[in-house]
Amino acid sequence: MTATPEPLSSTHRATDAYTAAQQAQDAAAGHGARTFRLWRGADGNGEFRDYTTEAIDGMVVLDAVQQIQAEQANDLAVRWNCKAGKCGSCSAEINGKPRLMCMTRLDELPADEPVSVEPMRAFPHVRDLVTDVSWNFRVKPKITRFTPRPPDAPDGTWRVDQEDVDRVQEFRKCIECFLCQDVCHVLRDHHKHDEFIGPRFLVYAAALEMHPLDTADRTTQLKEEHGIGYCNITKCCTKVCPEHITITDNAIIPLKERVVDEFFDPLKALVRLVRGKKRS
Amino acid sequence: MTEIQTVVHDVLVIGAGGAGLRAAIEAASRGVKVGVVCKSLLGKAHTVMAEGGMAAAMANVDDRDSWRVHFADTMRGGQYLNNWRMAELHAKEAPERVKELEKWGALFDRTKDGRILQRNFGGHRYPRLAHVGDRTGLEMIRTLQDHGIHEGLDVHMEYTVVTLLHDGERIAGALAYDRERGRFKVFRAKAVVLATGGIGRAFSISSNSWEYTGDGHALAYLAGAALQDMEFVQFHPTGMIWPPSVRGILVTEGVRGEGGVLKNRDGKRFMFDNIPDNYKSQTADNEEEGWRYTQGDKDSRRPPELLTRDHVARMIVREVKEGRGSPHGGVYLDISWIKEKLPNSAEHIKKKLPSMYHQFKQLANIDITKEPMEIGPTTHYVMGGIRVDGDTQMSTVPGLFACGECAAGLHGANRLGGNSLSDLLVFGKRAGEFAAEFARTKGDVTLDDAEIDAGVRYALAPFDRGAGAEGAYQVQDALQSTMQDLVGIVRSQHEMEEALQELEALKQRAEKVGVPGNREYNPGWHTALDLRHLLIVSEAIALSALARKESRGGHFRDDYPEKDPAFATFNHVVRRGANGEMELARETIPPLPAELAAIIEEMK
Repeated sequence: MTATPEPLSSTHRATDAYTAAQQAQDAAAGHGARTFRLWRGADGNGEFRDYTTEAIDGMVVLDAVQQIQAEQANDLAVRWNCKAGKCGSCSAEINGKPRLMCMTRLDELPADEPVSVEPMRAFPHVRDLVTDVSWNFRVKPKITRFTPRPPDAPDGTWRVDQEDVDRVQEFRKCIECFLCQDVCHVLRDHHKHDEFIGPRFLVYAAALEMHPLDTADRTTQLKEEHGIGYCNITKCCTKVCPEHITITDNAIIPLKERVVDEFFDPLKALVRLVRGKKRS
Repeated sequence: MTEIQTVVHDVLVIGAGGAGLRAAIEAASRGVKVGVVCKSLLGKAHTVMAEGGMAAAMANVDDRDSWRVHFADTMRGGQYLNNWRMAELHAKEAPERVKELEKWGALFDRTKDGRILQRNFGGHRYPRLAHVGDRTGLEMIRTLQDHGIHEGLDVHMEYTVVTLLHDGERIAGALAYDRERGRFKVFRAKAVVLATGGIGRAFSISSNSWEYTGDGHALAYLAGAALQDMEFVQFHPTGMIWPPSVRGILVTEGVRGEGGVLKNRDGKRFMFDNIPDNYKSQTADNEEEGWRYTQGDKDSRRPPELLTRDHVARMIVREVKEGRGSPHGGVYLDISWIKEKLPNSAEHIKKKLPSMYHQFKQLANIDITKEPMEIGPTTHYVMGGIRVDGDTQMSTVPGLFACGECAAGLHGANRLGGNSLSDLLVFGKRAGEFAAEFARTKGDVTLDDAEIDAGVRYALAPFDRGAGAEGAYQVQDALQSTMQDLVGIVRSQHEMEEALQELEALKQRAEKVGVPGNREYNPGWHTALDLRHLLIVSEAIALSALARKESRGGHFRDDYPEKDPAFATFNHVVRRGANGEMELARETIPPLPAELAAIIEEMK
């Protein structure tokens, strides 16, 4: 462990009226000690360790973890970037629920018990709160890339209705935090990482399939290679999405319907049989 | 010592934000082998946080726009310290870069006739920012990422560069460690592109992510390159200020672009009180005209809330200092008032500014469709950076290129909102193009083992000092408050002299910090190594700012509050002297070609 906890001083000299106004407000904010039960260890081995630190009104879990890191445990491993809910780096399980540490306020959590923070369980553990999420980065290139139709105008540009842009916005909001992958039982409990791409990449496929300019067809791929059939629409992914993407209803179910139309429509199956090819 | 793995590329790109990815894609398209090294996971770089949009004179919304107007706006915003060649290339090439992004899958908001929609932003004469809601940066980085993964890039995620490597005068690659296991790796390359972003973590209140520790600036400086315009740091006028833990998080300028107004505690729109002379003819003189402008009326002039960021930030500080601030030490930014003007204003705001709505609701319990936000300035961007050639983006060191925020020149003394995302694309592409050409035409490089050994010894030293020594976080925190308090929005000679003394003492402390634990994903170690970079950029900022005895753009001094024409003719440049000391020099700005001078005159 490290040397004696030493609070970080926020100032060390007289400052101007502007800074002073802000400091006065910080001092006036509510303070109180809170206990955090953080997972410490490497490569899957580890234990919870308790840390107590001073919490201020409005603090999020990531603030507390960083404060503990700075004052008590310099080597506490945690992945984060923007601390504004935009990059999707600080995913963890907080009081057992997959969430972003930077968007989870302490005042949403029970004040009379320790706040537990542990790494995502669907991915190999690296150290402390950090997991190896590289599998996700190997999955994405397997999905047929964006394939636009020829430009609509001589200057090489396209004409698109705002309505068609709006339709796919929901999917394009994804910050790739992989919380949906973490909570998906196909990955978390059944470890089908080799056969199933998970909710994140079904959303990605949906964004491409519904892109107003895209011409590729990913239906066969979704069924044969990406294991869309494994999803039995329990909607756990939708519940944990910090961007509030309606993953199951708006992305996965429409893709499943395409697969059904394509492969289980008796008429189309007959046509396929006669013509001897997969798609018209 | 133990064997270190060596990976060989023709072009090595350091950084995977918009500029790095665009550079890598371009270099790969020219048939060379490209490696990308990034501190974070792919797609997490700071670009993801850009909100408002990318400036490009496509004239889709107002056909009076052209590259010439964009060029003039950029130069005016930069107070004419810009590298005019970069401002020219940027204005000319940005529209192509935006269209290219669409070809790769980006989806922008549309005009009624289906073309890319453009929005108003501070300092831009016409609606010019291609955007999608308020998450344009995410759209951009995801598009580049999803395109790039099919272009044969060799991506090394979560690697941090310790030092650049030389072959004589020429750059020959980089030594890096992987964050996960702490192992060293040597990247040999014929050309290196730095695209490491900014320096915002040198200040306590910042909109920047942890990665913004000035790595590219410092690595280039240590490798012998020159840094330019380092006194010019942009403090974005609107950051969150309450609760304390969110202080600094960005509130997009798009709020003001959509009609949001700034008010003091008395409900007064104080921005009308002081409109700089060079913007008077373009600025509305009443509230009604300002509103009409935000709603697309071509005959109206922009509201004073959309003046340049440096000016708006100082006006906010003035309100607070003179006792007219909001309860938490800022001022009010109000978009909810548009309910007086628009039916369904709540839906409109949620659609135009979805992430702002979400951010305030979640982090501050504020519904921005119903009540005003409290905001104050936050460290946002550094105009200064690595001195580069305007056409090729090569630094003063052969084979070392730089693009995006870590390069200097385009923005001069102050950057216009929206000119950053377009900067990343225009100069990312150029850096990739010329780095590939350099790699193709110059011979192979040979590495120097002694240089690698020295880098490894330097990087491991904090472990030798161990947990008993002072931790890196204490030094980082002290550095941040030194810069915030003494080299911040309002500067003066004695404060900056004090800052330079404190930085000297912090250098001593930084050399003695120790790290507990081992090399595996150890943020204490990472922070210890970042300190050197933060100290170099902080010293460069303070030294350059002290020497600029005037106020211009992002640099404001209360002992020299006026602009001085004597300072309009040169850029400040710092280099590492023979004995390791930082040396400051003036580099005269070459005269504008007649054609460009005529454009500026015409648009005055």
